[in-house]
Amino acid sequence: MSAIANSIFSPEAAARFDKLATIYPVKRSALVPMLLYAQDEIGYVSEAAIQEIAKRLDLFDLDVRNVLSYYSMLRTKPAGKYNVQVCTNISCMLRGGYEILDHCKAKLGIGHKQVTADGQFSLEEVECIGACCWAPAMQVNYDFHDDLTTIKVDAILQDYAEGRGKDVK
Amino acid sequence: MADVTITVDGKKVTAPAGTLLIEACKTAGIEIPAFCYYPGLSLQGACRMCVVRQEKNPKLATACTTAIADGQVFFTETPEITQARKATLQLLLGNHPLDCPVCDAGGECELQDMTFKYGAADSFYAEPKNHREEQKWSPVVYFDRPRCILCYRCVRMCGEGMDVFALGIQNRGSSSVIAPNSPAALNPDDLAHVDCEQCGMCIDACPVGALTSGTYRYKTRPWEMNHVATVCTHCGDGCKTTLGVRSTSDGAEIVRGDNRDKSGMNGDFLCNKGRYAFDFANHDDRITTPLVRNAAGKLEAASWEAAFDHIGRKLRMDVDTRGGETIGVIGGNRLTNEEAYLLQKFARTVLKTNNIDHHRTADHVAFAQALAGQSGRTASLRDTLTSKTVLVVGGDPSNQSPATAWNLRTAVRNSGAKLYIANTEDIKLRRQAKAFVKLQPFGYGALAGFLAGDDSAGSSAVNDVEALKTFRETLKAAEGLLILVGSELRGGDLKKLVEFGLSIPDAKFALLSDYVNSRGAADMGLLPDMLPGYTPLGSERFAEYGKASTPGLDMLEMFDAAAAGKLSALYVVGANPVLRYGIDSAALKDTFVVVQEMFMTETAVLADVVLPAANLYEKAGSVTNHYGDLQQVNKAGDRAGVRSDFEMIVRVADKMGAHIPTLIPFGKGLRSDMGQTRGAQSGEADRHAVWLTAQNLEPRLSPFDPMAILDEIQRLVPGYDKVLRLQLLSGNDQHLETDSTLVQIAGQRKDLVLPSGDTLFTSGTLGHYSAMLLDLQANESRRLPVLDQTAAD
Repeated sequence: MSAIANSIFSPEAAARFDKLATIYPVKRSALVPMLLYAQDEIGYVSEAAIQEIAKRLDLFDLDVRNVLSYYSMLRTKPAGKYNVQVCTNISCMLRGGYEILDHCKAKLGIGHKQVTADGQFSLEEVECIGACCWAPAMQVNYDFHDDLTTIKVDAILQDYAEGRGKDVK
Repeated sequence: MADVTITVDGKKVTAPAGTLLIEACKTAGIEIPAFCYYPGLSLQGACRMCVVRQEKNPKLATACTTAIADGQVFFTETPEITQARKATLQLLLGNHPLDCPVCDAGGECELQDMTFKYGAADSFYAEPKNHREEQKWSPVVYFDRPRCILCYRCVRMCGEGMDVFALGIQNRGSSSVIAPNSPAALNPDDLAHVDCEQCGMCIDACPVGALTSGTYRYKTRPWEMNHVATVCTHCGDGCKTTLGVRSTSDGAEIVRGDNRDKSGMNGDFLCNKGRYAFDFANHDDRITTPLVRNAAGKLEAASWEAAFDHIGRKLRMDVDTRGGETIGVIGGNRLTNEEAYLLQKFARTVLKTNNIDHHRTADHVAFAQALAGQSGRTASLRDTLTSKTVLVVGGDPSNQSPATAWNLRTAVRNSGAKLYIANTEDIKLRRQAKAFVKLQPFGYGALAGFLAGDDSAGSSAVNDVEALKTFRETLKAAEGLLILVGSELRGGDLKKLVEFGLSIPDAKFALLSDYVNSRGAADMGLLPDMLPGYTPLGSERFAEYGKASTPGLDMLEMFDAAAAGKLSALYVVGANPVLRYGIDSAALKDTFVVVQEMFMTETAVLADVVLPAANLYEKAGSVTNHYGDLQQVNKAGDRAGVRSDFEMIVRVADKMGAHIPTLIPFGKGLRSDMGQTRGAQSGEADRHAVWLTAQNLEPRLSPFDPMAILDEIQRLVPGYDKVLRLQLLSGNDQHLETDSTLVQIAGQRKDLVLPSGDTLFTSGTLGHYSAMLLDLQANESRRLPVLDQTAAD
């Protein structure tokens, strides 16, 4: 039984959240992981998710929003099915990260934090994703693609567009 | 903790170990600038303005977070520190619009002062400023994002100070922004709002002009006002408030209420009513000319002389032909002590009647009686801040006495006070309580009985009697217990509770009531069966009043008598009994009704003569809050066409042919203070008045001088003989105790207490005429924060 009646999350996620709230010395420490899991499940952190998480952790909605707005990886609006995150931090920048980003922009016809009209792709310029050794790199959902060239990007985007890409959550 | 000595800028400073450096320096007269530091709230270390150099410490340290230890050496003003503060200011000014010439805070802005001091006029930042439009969060709270320097004072003030947690901080870095708890996305108007108590403490704490007040914004500049420290007219706490006053064509308009004078009992605190609800004084519906009912039955404007003449003649005739016992007098809860005293003296000696009453909002008489023979047992509002253990039975201080609630929260937060609460409702203060006892409906009497030792009463007070036993034992063992009693406890119940408290050594009491001078009205004898100071009728002490020792009619009996055609006249001063007690207007058709009022209230419309009255912000005198703390009231606003209740009573008495020097002992006492009787300055009373005012003295030269009546109050009213004039005139509060050796109240009294039931956004009849309170009530119909949530920290 979930700790919350009528949870907006799936039974699995709700069970996971029930446990999360118990494993930290202070309940509210579960806030950031909970927000991240909620985003994975719903695709973004919705108003309903904010309210349920606040209830689960005995916080004000405002507290949840304060934390939520601090992290750029947490979104309050839906992203595309495939969220393309191009790194432009120093290693990637030196190895052509901006070229990759500009290429994605042109290819997908969208800018930073925008979503294509069909909802397939969204694009984000992000800070270091920890793939400096294989720069330039990008991440689609939780899947890494490195040593990129514009040709490689075309192929990757093509794979996703045709449903062959992994949808790692 | 033990004292330690540190060296600051070569000067020895001694303070208890662990004192914050910024506080130790302040005490020693060394100013360290700070934006985020606010005494009494948690430390933030956000603004970096208070940086100082500590010897042997490689980096500059923040004075607001440094606890001092013996032998430390600090430097607070060196070129290095000046440079660091200048750099901090440049950063803070990065997005600041520098719109000081139009900003409300201009002239009293900490950022402005610091920019002047450190001269950060040039900036290295060439980036365009990040501008956002101002936001209206509520009728009283506006937010200008660009002016904000992110000091978090408002966030902490709202959370820690007010226990509301309506403000938070969102986003990150240079895009950080203070955010209210009701986001735009959730509101039908697509604007962010703040769901809170609207106290305005965030505005008060804001060191810049980012948070501004809806009543004051863009109206005037701080230096264009006169600032008058007086007492708020609303609830029973009697907070000191500073009114900003500006001249207008018909008097002086109050444009701002705040508490820049923090010397009052309320310290930093002022609630929404003290801060905004002064606007009734500027209301368009104020009566500014006397109204007399003409032959056609319509109220029409008359001259003061005609109105007084009419009242005087009619009342004289009634006293002479039908007798004083056919005349009723009703006083108000917002009159000054002097006016209340004068009114009852006028009733008892000129109208020859004991038919005098007021709207009682707590049983102050039973309270005085229960404490008969005790001394040192009544608490001051200041005690709520210092007591180690506090029991609150009944009442809802967060709503009815916000300053009390503020003090209790502060005591719990900063001094580890323990708060115990027993209430039939889930009042908000329970969130600070060590233990909360939820009583059954009407369970106060049973609780009082149980606490006083009657175990059988327990089951009608609560469900869990065992828990209540523990509660009782804890209280019995408490040291320095303060017991705050709500108006729900009256008569016998109140006595039982006091009896319980008296069994605990050093326990102190206070009875909470509703309006600024509810206690004063009772103390000054606006009661049919009590003379001032709860002195029994016919007492030798008031021999000069004459011998009448039969109790008069109380409020309800007066209206019954009126309905039966036995009340020849009713004299109402600053009260609205017709609305409050639901009086049928037909009851008063055979009664000559005189009303002294600001507005055409439900009572005033039934009057035969209406006299336009000044309110508490427009006169001088003194008031006693429900704890028994006496404070001076100063005249702030002014309105052409109105007179003080004091003057009107005197004029009516004069028209009745009363001997005025007996009624008002004026023209005595201060002759020697008049100084110059010879030479070039002789006879220039004006100059002497200036001198006297400067010395905080007042000449009692006219029969309209409340100080003359204060002399008599001091001479006759038990308890008030202890008033220290210099304390009063210096604007300090002083705690008075009823001289209980004199209190002799026999037999059962009727329970005539009718609590006003005011909330944060109502204030009796007066509240109906405050546009801002009405606005806030409308605003309140919006969603409220859910109180089953607790804040992150």
